[in-house]
Amino acid sequence: MSLLSTQGLSAFYGDFQALFGIDVSVEEGETIAIIGANGAGKSTFLRAVAGALATRPEMVEYDGQPIGQRTPHELVRLGIAMVPEGRRLFPSLTVEENLALGGYCSRPGPWSLERVYALFPALKELRNLPAPSLSGGQQQMAAIGRALMCNPRLLLCDELSLGLAPVVIQNIYDCLGAITAEGTTVIIVEQDINRAIEASSRFYCFQEGRIGLTATKEGFDREAITAAYFGL
Amino acid sequence: MEWINILVQGCLLGGLYGLFAIGLSLSFGIMRLVNIAHGDLIVLSAYVALIVVEFTGLDPISGLLVILPTMFLFGYALQRGLLNFTLEGGLLPPLLVTFGISVIIQNGLLLGFGAYTHRLKLGAIETQSIVFPGDMAVGVFPLITFGVAVLSIGGLQLLFYKTTLGRAFRAVSDDADTAELLGINKRHLFALAMAIAMAFTALAAVLFAIRTNFDPGAGPIRLILAFEAVIIGGLGNMWGTLVGGIVLGIAQAVGAALSPTWQILAGHLAFIVILIIRPSGLFPRTRD
Repeated sequence: MSLLSTQGLSAFYGDFQALFGIDVSVEEGETIAIIGANGAGKSTFLRAVAGALATRPEMVEYDGQPIGQRTPHELVRLGIAMVPEGRRLFPSLTVEENLALGGYCSRPGPWSLERVYALFPALKELRNLPAPSLSGGQQQMAAIGRALMCNPRLLLCDELSLGLAPVVIQNIYDCLGAITAEGTTVIIVEQDINRAIEASSRFYCFQEGRIGLTATKEGFDREAITAAYFGL
Repeated sequence: MEWINILVQGCLLGGLYGLFAIGLSLSFGIMRLVNIAHGDLIVLSAYVALIVVEFTGLDPISGLLVILPTMFLFGYALQRGLLNFTLEGGLLPPLLVTFGISVIIQNGLLLGFGAYTHRLKLGAIETQSIVFPGDMAVGVFPLITFGVAVLSIGGLQLLFYKTTLGRAFRAVSDDADTAELLGINKRHLFALAMAIAMAFTALAAVLFAIRTNFDPGAGPIRLILAFEAVIIGGLGNMWGTLVGGIVLGIAQAVGAALSPTWQILAGHLAFIVILIIRPSGLFPRTRD
Protein backbone atom coordinates (compact mmCIF):
# COMPACT_ATOMS: atom_id res chain seq x y z
CA MET A 1 0.00 0.00 0.00
CA SER A 2 1.23 3.48 -0.80
CA LEU A 3 2.23 5.89 1.96
CA LEU A 4 0.43 8.67 0.16
CA SER A 5 -2.07 8.56 -2.63
CA THR A 6 -4.43 11.09 -4.12
CA GLN A 7 -7.56 10.04 -5.98
CA GLY A 8 -9.14 12.54 -8.32
CA LEU A 9 -7.70 15.40 -6.27
CA SER A 10 -9.29 18.72 -7.17
CA ALA A 11 -8.41 21.97 -5.46
CA PHE A 12 -9.77 25.48 -5.65
CA TYR A 13 -8.69 28.98 -4.74
CA GLY A 14 -12.11 30.54 -4.30
CA ASP A 15 -13.86 30.01 -7.66
CA PHE A 16 -10.63 29.26 -9.48
CA GLN A 17 -9.94 25.56 -9.96
CA ALA A 18 -6.20 24.86 -9.76
CA LEU A 19 -6.16 21.04 -9.81
CA PHE A 20 -8.36 18.71 -11.87
CA GLY A 21 -8.54 15.06 -10.79
CA ILE A 22 -4.91 14.41 -9.88
CA ASP A 23 -3.92 10.78 -9.14
CA VAL A 24 -0.49 10.51 -7.56
CA SER A 25 0.87 7.77 -5.34
CA VAL A 26 4.13 7.39 -3.45
CA GLU A 27 5.47 4.26 -1.81
CA GLU A 28 7.15 4.44 1.58
CA GLY A 29 10.85 5.30 1.14
CA GLU A 30 10.44 6.44 -2.44
CA THR A 31 11.48 9.84 -3.82
CA ILE A 32 9.29 11.26 -6.55
CA ALA A 33 9.40 14.53 -8.40
CA ILE A 34 6.67 16.79 -9.68
CA ILE A 35 7.74 18.99 -12.52
CA GLY A 36 5.92 21.50 -14.62
CA ALA A 37 5.86 25.11 -15.69
CA ASN A 38 4.81 28.04 -13.55
CA GLY A 39 1.16 27.82 -12.60
CA ALA A 40 0.87 24.12 -13.47
CA GLY A 41 -0.47 23.40 -9.96
CA LYS A 42 2.66 21.84 -8.43
CA SER A 43 2.71 24.00 -5.32
CA THR A 44 -1.05 23.74 -5.00
CA PHE A 45 -0.68 19.97 -4.97
CA LEU A 46 1.86 20.16 -2.13
CA ARG A 47 -0.30 22.60 -0.20
CA ALA A 48 -3.27 20.25 -0.52
CA VAL A 49 -1.20 17.30 0.72
CA ALA A 50 0.18 19.35 3.63
CA GLY A 51 -3.33 20.41 4.62
CA ALA A 52 -2.86 24.09 3.86
CA LEU A 53 -5.65 23.83 1.30
CA ALA A 54 -8.80 21.94 2.25
CA THR A 55 -10.05 19.25 -0.12
CA ARG A 56 -12.64 16.49 0.20
CA PRO A 57 -11.41 14.02 2.83
CA GLU A 58 -11.15 10.95 0.60
CA MET A 59 -9.18 12.76 -2.11
CA VAL A 60 -5.94 12.47 -0.14
CA GLU A 61 -5.06 9.26 1.66
CA TYR A 62 -2.02 8.98 3.91
CA ASP A 63 -0.98 5.80 5.67
CA GLY A 64 -4.45 4.37 5.00
CA GLN A 65 -6.38 7.33 6.43
CA PRO A 66 -8.30 10.02 4.55
CA ILE A 67 -6.61 13.34 5.41
CA GLY A 68 -8.12 15.77 2.91
CA GLN A 69 -9.67 17.88 5.62
CA ARG A 70 -6.96 17.76 8.28
CA THR A 71 -5.16 20.97 9.19
CA PRO A 72 -1.41 21.34 8.66
CA HIS A 73 -0.61 21.20 12.38
CA GLU A 74 -2.45 17.88 12.70
CA LEU A 75 -0.63 16.44 9.69
CA VAL A 76 2.78 17.36 11.09
CA ARG A 77 1.97 15.15 14.06
CA LEU A 78 1.21 12.34 11.60
CA GLY A 79 4.60 12.89 9.96
CA ILE A 80 4.04 15.19 6.97
CA ALA A 81 6.51 18.10 6.94
CA MET A 82 7.05 20.74 4.31
CA VAL A 83 9.91 22.92 3.14
CA PRO A 84 7.84 25.83 1.86
CA GLU A 85 8.56 27.71 -1.33
CA GLY A 86 10.73 30.73 -0.61
CA ARG A 87 12.09 29.20 2.64
CA ARG A 88 9.77 31.20 4.90
CA LEU A 89 12.10 31.21 7.91
CA PHE A 90 10.83 33.20 10.89
CA PRO A 91 12.65 36.54 10.64
CA SER A 92 12.58 37.44 14.32
CA LEU A 93 14.05 34.10 15.39
CA THR A 94 17.68 33.03 15.24
CA VAL A 95 18.75 30.15 13.02
CA GLU A 96 18.85 27.77 15.96
CA GLU A 97 15.45 28.93 17.21
CA ASN A 98 14.03 28.31 13.73
CA LEU A 99 15.47 24.80 13.75
CA ALA A 100 14.36 24.09 17.29
CA LEU A 101 10.82 25.11 16.40
CA GLY A 102 10.78 22.25 13.90
CA GLY A 103 10.95 20.00 16.95
CA TYR A 104 7.83 21.62 18.43
CA CYS A 105 5.80 18.42 18.11
CA SER A 106 8.59 16.27 19.56
CA ARG A 107 7.98 13.44 17.12
CA PRO A 108 10.49 10.70 17.80
CA GLY A 109 12.95 9.95 15.02
CA PRO A 110 16.52 10.14 13.80
CA TRP A 111 16.77 13.93 13.42
CA SER A 112 18.04 16.25 16.15
CA LEU A 113 19.85 19.58 16.23
CA GLU A 114 23.19 17.74 16.21
CA ARG A 115 22.20 15.65 13.19
CA VAL A 116 21.02 18.71 11.29
CA TYR A 117 24.27 20.52 12.08
CA ALA A 118 26.19 17.46 10.92
CA LEU A 119 24.28 17.53 7.64
CA PHE A 120 24.70 21.29 7.20
CA PRO A 121 27.90 22.26 9.08
CA ALA A 122 27.60 25.86 7.84
CA LEU A 123 24.50 26.33 9.96
CA LYS A 124 26.27 25.51 13.19
CA GLU A 125 28.55 28.53 12.92
CA LEU A 126 25.60 30.77 12.06
CA ARG A 127 23.23 29.39 14.64
CA ASN A 128 22.94 32.53 16.78
CA LEU A 129 22.36 34.91 13.88
CA PRO A 130 18.90 36.16 12.96
CA ALA A 131 17.52 34.07 10.10
CA PRO A 132 17.28 36.94 7.56
CA SER A 133 21.03 37.59 7.77
CA LEU A 134 21.78 34.26 6.05
CA SER A 135 22.41 33.89 2.33
CA GLY A 136 19.74 32.27 0.17
CA GLY A 137 21.47 28.89 0.15
CA GLN A 138 22.02 28.95 3.90
CA GLN A 139 18.39 29.88 4.42
CA GLN A 140 17.35 26.95 2.24
CA MET A 141 19.49 24.63 4.38
CA ALA A 142 17.89 26.04 7.52
CA ALA A 143 14.42 25.54 6.04
CA ILE A 144 15.24 21.92 5.19
CA GLY A 145 16.76 21.42 8.65
CA ARG A 146 13.67 22.89 10.27
CA ALA A 147 11.41 20.47 8.38
CA LEU A 148 13.70 17.54 9.26
CA MET A 149 13.41 18.46 12.94
CA CYS A 150 9.74 17.39 12.64
CA ASN A 151 11.12 13.89 11.95
CA PRO A 152 8.83 13.43 8.95
CA ARG A 153 7.82 10.19 7.26
CA LEU A 154 6.87 12.27 4.24
CA LEU A 155 8.91 15.35 3.34
CA LEU A 156 7.50 17.83 0.85
CA CYS A 157 10.09 20.08 -0.81
CA ASP A 158 8.77 23.05 -2.75
CA GLU A 159 11.18 24.59 -5.29
CA LEU A 160 14.43 23.98 -3.43
CA SER A 161 16.43 25.54 -6.25
CA LEU A 162 14.47 28.79 -6.45
CA GLY A 163 16.78 31.79 -6.72
CA LEU A 164 19.95 29.86 -5.86
CA ALA A 165 23.27 29.57 -7.69
CA PRO A 166 23.87 26.21 -9.49
CA VAL A 167 26.74 25.23 -7.18
CA VAL A 168 24.56 25.85 -4.13
CA ILE A 169 21.70 23.88 -5.66
CA GLN A 170 24.05 20.94 -6.25
CA ASN A 171 25.16 21.19 -2.63
CA ILE A 172 21.59 21.04 -1.37
CA TYR A 173 20.54 18.18 -3.65
CA ASP A 174 23.60 16.21 -2.51
CA CYS A 175 22.17 16.30 1.00
CA LEU A 176 18.88 14.72 -0.11
CA GLY A 177 20.65 11.35 -0.16
CA ALA A 178 21.30 11.52 3.58
CA ILE A 179 17.63 12.29 4.15
CA THR A 180 16.24 9.46 2.05
CA ALA A 181 18.80 7.10 3.63
CA GLU A 182 16.73 7.40 6.82
CA GLY A 183 13.80 5.88 4.97
CA THR A 184 12.03 9.21 4.57
CA THR A 185 9.65 9.46 1.64
CA VAL A 186 10.24 12.64 -0.36
CA ILE A 187 8.18 14.58 -2.87
CA ILE A 188 10.18 17.20 -4.76
CA VAL A 189 8.52 19.96 -6.66
CA GLU A 190 10.88 21.55 -9.16
CA GLN A 191 10.95 23.67 -12.28
CA ASP A 192 14.47 22.44 -13.01
CA ILE A 193 13.64 19.21 -14.88
CA ASN A 194 17.10 17.66 -14.98
CA ARG A 195 17.71 18.24 -11.31
CA ALA A 196 14.34 16.77 -10.38
CA ILE A 197 14.63 13.66 -12.54
CA GLU A 198 18.16 12.97 -11.33
CA ALA A 199 17.10 13.13 -7.66
CA SER A 200 13.99 10.97 -7.96
CA SER A 201 12.99 7.52 -9.14
CA ARG A 202 9.75 8.60 -10.81
CA PHE A 203 8.24 11.86 -11.86
CA TYR A 204 4.92 13.40 -12.78
CA CYS A 205 4.73 16.31 -15.15
CA PHE A 206 1.86 18.68 -14.34
CA GLN A 207 0.28 20.88 -16.91
CA GLU A 208 -2.53 23.33 -16.19
CA GLY A 209 -3.73 21.41 -13.16
CA ARG A 210 -3.64 17.97 -14.81
CA ILE A 211 -1.03 15.26 -15.07
CA GLY A 212 0.44 15.48 -18.56
CA LEU A 213 2.98 12.70 -18.25
CA THR A 214 4.32 10.23 -15.74
CA ALA A 215 7.43 8.11 -16.14
CA THR A 216 10.31 6.49 -14.33
CA LYS A 217 13.85 7.81 -14.29
CA GLU A 218 15.00 5.22 -16.80
CA GLY A 219 12.14 5.04 -19.19
CA PHE A 220 11.35 8.54 -20.30
CA ASP A 221 11.44 10.36 -23.53
CA ARG A 222 12.78 13.90 -23.42
CA GLU A 223 10.54 15.03 -26.23
CA ALA A 224 7.49 13.72 -24.43
CA ILE A 225 8.49 15.82 -21.41
CA THR A 226 8.89 18.90 -23.54
CA ALA A 227 5.45 18.28 -24.98
CA ALA A 228 3.87 17.74 -21.57
CA TYR A 229 5.76 20.65 -20.03
CA PHE A 230 4.75 23.21 -22.59
CA GLY A 231 1.48 21.60 -23.63
CA LEU A 232 2.55 21.20 -27.24
CA MET B 1 13.93 68.50 45.46
CA GLU B 2 10.30 68.99 44.64
CA TRP B 3 11.00 68.12 40.98
CA ILE B 4 12.77 64.91 41.87
CA ASN B 5 9.73 63.98 43.90
CA ILE B 6 7.49 64.70 40.91
CA LEU B 7 9.66 62.57 38.64
CA VAL B 8 9.62 59.66 41.08
CA GLN B 9 5.85 59.80 41.56
CA GLY B 10 5.35 60.03 37.81
CA CYS B 11 7.66 57.11 37.24
CA LEU B 12 5.75 54.96 39.74
CA LEU B 13 2.41 55.92 38.17
CA GLY B 14 3.97 54.91 34.85
CA GLY B 15 4.43 51.39 36.23
CA LEU B 16 0.65 51.08 36.46
CA TYR B 17 0.23 52.41 32.92
CA GLY B 18 2.80 49.92 31.73
CA LEU B 19 0.77 47.14 33.35
CA PHE B 20 -2.40 48.43 31.66
CA ALA B 21 -0.61 48.20 28.34
CA ILE B 22 0.82 44.66 28.60
CA GLY B 23 -2.39 42.97 27.47
CA LEU B 24 -2.81 45.34 24.55
CA SER B 25 0.82 44.94 23.54
CA LEU B 26 0.55 41.13 23.63
CA SER B 27 -2.62 40.91 21.56
CA PHE B 28 -1.29 43.34 18.98
CA GLY B 29 2.20 41.84 18.98
CA ILE B 30 1.08 38.24 18.51
CA MET B 31 -2.31 38.34 16.78
CA ARG B 32 -2.13 41.81 15.15
CA LEU B 33 -5.41 42.31 16.99
CA VAL B 34 -6.22 45.89 17.95
CA ASN B 35 -8.38 45.35 21.00
CA ILE B 36 -10.71 48.33 21.40
CA ALA B 37 -12.31 46.61 24.40
CA HIS B 38 -9.04 46.48 26.33
CA GLY B 39 -9.92 49.33 28.70
CA ASP B 40 -13.33 47.82 29.41
CA LEU B 41 -11.73 44.44 29.99
CA ILE B 42 -9.57 46.12 32.66
CA VAL B 43 -12.73 47.48 34.28
CA LEU B 44 -14.52 44.14 33.89
CA SER B 45 -11.59 42.47 35.64
CA ALA B 46 -11.89 44.98 38.47
CA TYR B 47 -15.56 44.03 38.89
CA VAL B 48 -14.66 40.34 38.81
CA ALA B 49 -12.14 41.12 41.56
CA LEU B 50 -14.84 42.97 43.47
CA ILE B 51 -17.16 39.96 43.29
CA VAL B 52 -14.41 37.55 44.31
CA VAL B 53 -13.43 39.72 47.28
CA GLU B 54 -17.05 40.12 48.44
CA PHE B 55 -17.90 36.44 48.11
CA THR B 56 -14.76 34.89 49.54
CA GLY B 57 -13.86 37.54 52.11
CA LEU B 58 -10.26 37.42 50.90
CA ASP B 59 -8.22 40.61 50.59
CA PRO B 60 -7.71 41.65 46.94
CA ILE B 61 -4.11 40.41 46.79
CA SER B 62 -4.93 36.89 48.05
CA GLY B 63 -7.99 37.08 45.79
CA LEU B 64 -5.60 37.13 42.81
CA LEU B 65 -5.31 33.36 43.27
CA VAL B 66 -8.91 33.15 42.08
CA ILE B 67 -9.04 36.24 39.87
CA LEU B 68 -6.02 35.52 37.67
CA PRO B 69 -7.00 31.94 36.72
CA THR B 70 -10.58 33.10 36.10
CA MET B 71 -9.52 35.83 33.72
CA PHE B 72 -6.94 33.52 32.13
CA LEU B 73 -9.73 31.07 31.22
CA PHE B 74 -12.00 33.94 30.17
CA GLY B 75 -9.28 35.22 27.83
CA TYR B 76 -8.79 31.77 26.32
CA ALA B 77 -12.52 31.37 25.71
CA LEU B 78 -12.89 34.90 24.32
CA GLN B 79 -10.16 34.35 21.74
CA ARG B 80 -11.01 30.77 20.81
CA GLY B 81 -14.76 31.26 20.77
CA LEU B 82 -14.99 34.68 19.16
CA LEU B 83 -11.94 36.76 18.29
CA ASN B 84 -10.14 34.04 16.28
CA PHE B 85 -13.01 34.20 13.78
CA THR B 86 -12.44 37.91 13.22
CA LEU B 87 -8.78 37.55 12.27
CA GLU B 88 -9.19 36.09 8.79
CA GLY B 89 -10.92 39.01 7.13
CA GLY B 90 -8.48 41.90 7.38
CA LEU B 91 -8.16 44.84 9.74
CA LEU B 92 -11.78 45.90 10.12
CA PRO B 93 -13.60 42.88 11.66
CA PRO B 94 -11.51 42.74 14.88
CA LEU B 95 -11.94 46.50 15.34
CA LEU B 96 -15.73 46.28 14.94
CA VAL B 97 -16.12 43.20 17.11
CA THR B 98 -13.96 44.51 19.96
CA PHE B 99 -15.76 47.83 19.74
CA GLY B 100 -18.99 45.89 20.16
CA ILE B 101 -17.56 44.02 23.14
CA SER B 102 -16.61 47.36 24.64
CA VAL B 103 -20.19 48.63 24.38
CA ILE B 104 -21.58 45.36 25.75
CA ILE B 105 -19.22 45.37 28.76
CA GLN B 106 -19.92 48.99 29.65
CA ASN B 107 -23.68 48.58 29.48
CA GLY B 108 -23.65 45.16 31.09
CA LEU B 109 -21.74 46.53 34.06
CA LEU B 110 -24.06 49.52 34.26
CA LEU B 111 -27.03 47.17 34.30
CA GLY B 112 -25.54 44.82 36.88
CA PHE B 113 -23.77 47.20 39.23
CA GLY B 114 -25.23 50.65 38.55
CA ALA B 115 -23.19 53.78 37.99
CA TYR B 116 -21.76 53.81 41.52
CA THR B 117 -18.05 53.98 42.02
CA HIS B 118 -16.35 51.05 43.71
CA ARG B 119 -12.97 50.42 45.16
CA LEU B 120 -10.99 47.45 46.47
CA LYS B 121 -9.64 47.90 49.98
CA LEU B 122 -6.30 46.62 51.12
CA GLY B 123 -6.07 48.29 54.56
CA ALA B 124 -3.23 50.29 56.02
CA ILE B 125 -0.71 49.53 53.29
CA GLU B 126 -2.65 51.78 50.91
CA THR B 127 -1.50 54.89 52.77
CA GLN B 128 1.90 53.80 54.10
CA SER B 129 4.98 55.42 52.74
CA ILE B 130 8.73 55.22 53.00
CA VAL B 131 10.59 58.45 53.66
CA PHE B 132 13.81 58.75 51.71
CA PRO B 133 16.64 61.17 52.54
CA GLY B 134 15.70 64.71 51.58
CA ASP B 135 12.19 64.29 53.02
CA MET B 136 10.88 62.52 49.96
CA ALA B 137 7.98 60.25 50.85
CA VAL B 138 7.24 57.43 48.44
CA GLY B 139 4.04 55.42 48.80
CA VAL B 140 4.56 51.74 49.53
CA PHE B 141 1.71 50.69 47.27
CA PRO B 142 2.87 52.63 44.18
CA LEU B 143 6.32 51.17 44.79
CA ILE B 144 4.86 47.65 44.87
CA THR B 145 2.87 48.37 41.70
CA PHE B 146 6.02 49.49 39.94
CA GLY B 147 7.86 46.38 41.14
CA VAL B 148 5.03 44.18 39.85
CA ALA B 149 5.23 45.91 36.45
CA VAL B 150 8.98 45.32 36.18
CA LEU B 151 8.67 41.70 37.28
CA SER B 152 5.75 41.09 34.90
CA ILE B 153 7.61 42.37 31.90
CA GLY B 154 10.81 40.61 32.94
CA GLY B 155 8.82 37.39 33.28
CA LEU B 156 7.19 37.79 29.88
CA GLN B 157 10.57 38.53 28.36
CA LEU B 158 11.88 35.23 29.79
CA LEU B 159 8.82 33.42 28.48
CA PHE B 160 9.32 34.84 24.99
CA TYR B 161 13.05 34.33 24.65
CA LYS B 162 13.81 31.27 26.79
CA THR B 163 10.95 28.83 26.31
CA THR B 164 9.56 26.71 23.51
CA LEU B 165 6.16 28.30 23.96
CA GLY B 166 7.75 31.73 23.66
CA ARG B 167 9.49 30.77 20.42
CA ALA B 168 6.18 29.50 19.11
CA PHE B 169 4.52 32.83 20.02
CA ARG B 170 7.20 34.74 18.12
CA ALA B 171 6.88 32.38 15.17
CA VAL B 172 3.08 32.76 14.84
CA SER B 173 3.57 36.50 15.17
CA ASP B 174 6.00 36.42 12.22
CA ASP B 175 4.10 34.01 9.98
CA ALA B 176 1.16 32.03 11.36
CA ASP B 177 0.68 29.90 8.24
CA THR B 178 4.26 28.65 8.19
CA ALA B 179 4.05 28.01 11.93
CA GLU B 180 1.08 25.72 11.21
CA LEU B 181 3.34 23.72 8.86
CA LEU B 182 5.56 22.98 11.87
CA GLY B 183 2.73 21.61 13.96
CA ILE B 184 1.79 24.79 15.79
CA ASN B 185 -1.96 25.20 16.20
CA LYS B 186 -2.34 28.94 15.73
CA ARG B 187 -5.89 29.04 17.09
CA HIS B 188 -4.74 27.46 20.33
CA LEU B 189 -1.68 29.68 20.52
CA PHE B 190 -3.67 32.85 19.89
CA ALA B 191 -6.08 31.79 22.62
CA LEU B 192 -3.19 31.16 25.01
CA ALA B 193 -1.78 34.59 24.19
CA MET B 194 -5.12 36.22 24.97
CA ALA B 195 -5.35 34.15 28.17
CA ILE B 196 -1.95 35.46 29.28
CA ALA B 197 -2.93 38.98 28.22
CA MET B 198 -6.12 38.77 30.30
CA ALA B 199 -4.26 37.45 33.35
CA PHE B 200 -1.94 40.48 33.22
CA THR B 201 -4.92 42.74 32.56
CA ALA B 202 -6.58 41.37 35.69
CA LEU B 203 -3.39 41.95 37.70
CA ALA B 204 -3.29 45.55 36.47
CA ALA B 205 -7.00 45.91 37.22
CA VAL B 206 -6.66 44.81 40.85
CA LEU B 207 -3.76 47.19 41.50
CA PHE B 208 -5.68 49.97 39.74
CA ALA B 209 -8.85 49.29 41.72
CA ILE B 210 -6.97 49.45 45.02
CA ARG B 211 -5.44 52.76 44.01
CA THR B 212 -8.44 54.52 42.47
CA ASN B 213 -12.23 54.41 42.32
CA PHE B 214 -13.70 52.72 39.28
CA ASP B 215 -17.12 52.68 37.64
CA PRO B 216 -18.55 51.08 34.48
CA GLY B 217 -17.41 54.04 32.35
CA ALA B 218 -13.77 53.97 33.44
CA GLY B 219 -12.61 51.81 30.53
CA PRO B 220 -12.07 54.12 27.55
CA ILE B 221 -9.54 56.37 29.31
CA ARG B 222 -7.53 53.25 30.37
CA LEU B 223 -7.61 52.10 26.76
CA ILE B 224 -6.16 55.42 25.61
CA LEU B 225 -3.44 55.33 28.28
CA ALA B 226 -2.55 51.77 27.32
CA PHE B 227 -2.48 52.64 23.62
CA GLU B 228 -0.26 55.62 24.24
CA ALA B 229 2.14 53.58 26.36
CA VAL B 230 2.40 50.88 23.67
CA ILE B 231 2.94 53.37 20.86
CA ILE B 232 5.43 55.57 22.73
CA GLY B 233 7.46 52.47 23.58
CA GLY B 234 7.38 51.06 20.06
CA LEU B 235 5.02 48.30 18.90
CA GLY B 236 6.01 44.81 19.93
CA ASN B 237 8.64 45.82 22.48
CA MET B 238 7.66 44.88 26.04
CA TRP B 239 10.31 46.93 27.86
CA GLY B 240 9.46 49.79 25.51
CA THR B 241 5.86 49.52 26.71
CA LEU B 242 6.99 50.02 30.31
CA VAL B 243 9.11 53.01 29.28
CA GLY B 244 6.08 54.34 27.39
CA GLY B 245 4.03 54.05 30.57
CA ILE B 246 6.73 55.86 32.53
CA VAL B 247 6.92 58.68 29.98
CA LEU B 248 3.15 59.13 30.29
CA GLY B 249 3.28 58.98 34.08
CA ILE B 250 6.05 61.57 34.32
CA ALA B 251 4.35 63.87 31.81
CA GLN B 252 1.15 63.68 33.84
CA ALA B 253 2.97 64.33 37.11
CA VAL B 254 4.78 67.31 35.66
CA GLY B 255 1.51 68.61 34.17
CA ALA B 256 -0.25 68.18 37.49
CA ALA B 257 2.52 70.08 39.29
CA LEU B 258 2.07 73.02 36.93
CA SER B 259 -1.69 73.03 37.33
CA PRO B 260 -4.04 70.20 38.39
CA THR B 261 -6.13 70.73 35.24
CA TRP B 262 -3.08 69.96 33.12
CA GLN B 263 -2.48 66.43 34.35
CA ILE B 264 -4.29 64.38 31.68
CA LEU B 265 -3.61 66.85 28.89
CA ALA B 266 0.15 66.80 29.58
CA GLY B 267 0.22 63.03 29.07
CA HIS B 268 -1.54 63.29 25.71
CA LEU B 269 0.74 66.16 24.65
CA ALA B 270 3.82 64.07 25.46
CA PHE B 271 2.33 61.29 23.34
CA ILE B 272 1.73 63.61 20.39
CA VAL B 273 5.22 65.11 20.63
CA ILE B 274 6.82 61.66 20.60
CA LEU B 275 4.60 60.57 17.73
CA ILE B 276 5.83 63.57 15.72
CA ILE B 277 9.51 63.10 16.56
CA ARG B 278 9.61 59.30 16.40
CA PRO B 279 6.55 57.95 14.61
CA SER B 280 7.48 54.32 15.28
CA GLY B 281 8.06 54.86 18.99
CA LEU B 282 11.17 55.05 21.14
CA PHE B 283 12.25 51.42 20.76
CA PRO B 284 10.68 49.88 17.67
CA ARG B 285 11.34 46.19 17.21
CA THR B 286 14.04 46.12 14.58
CA ARG B 287 13.53 43.63 11.79
CA ASP B 288 15.61 43.40 8.68
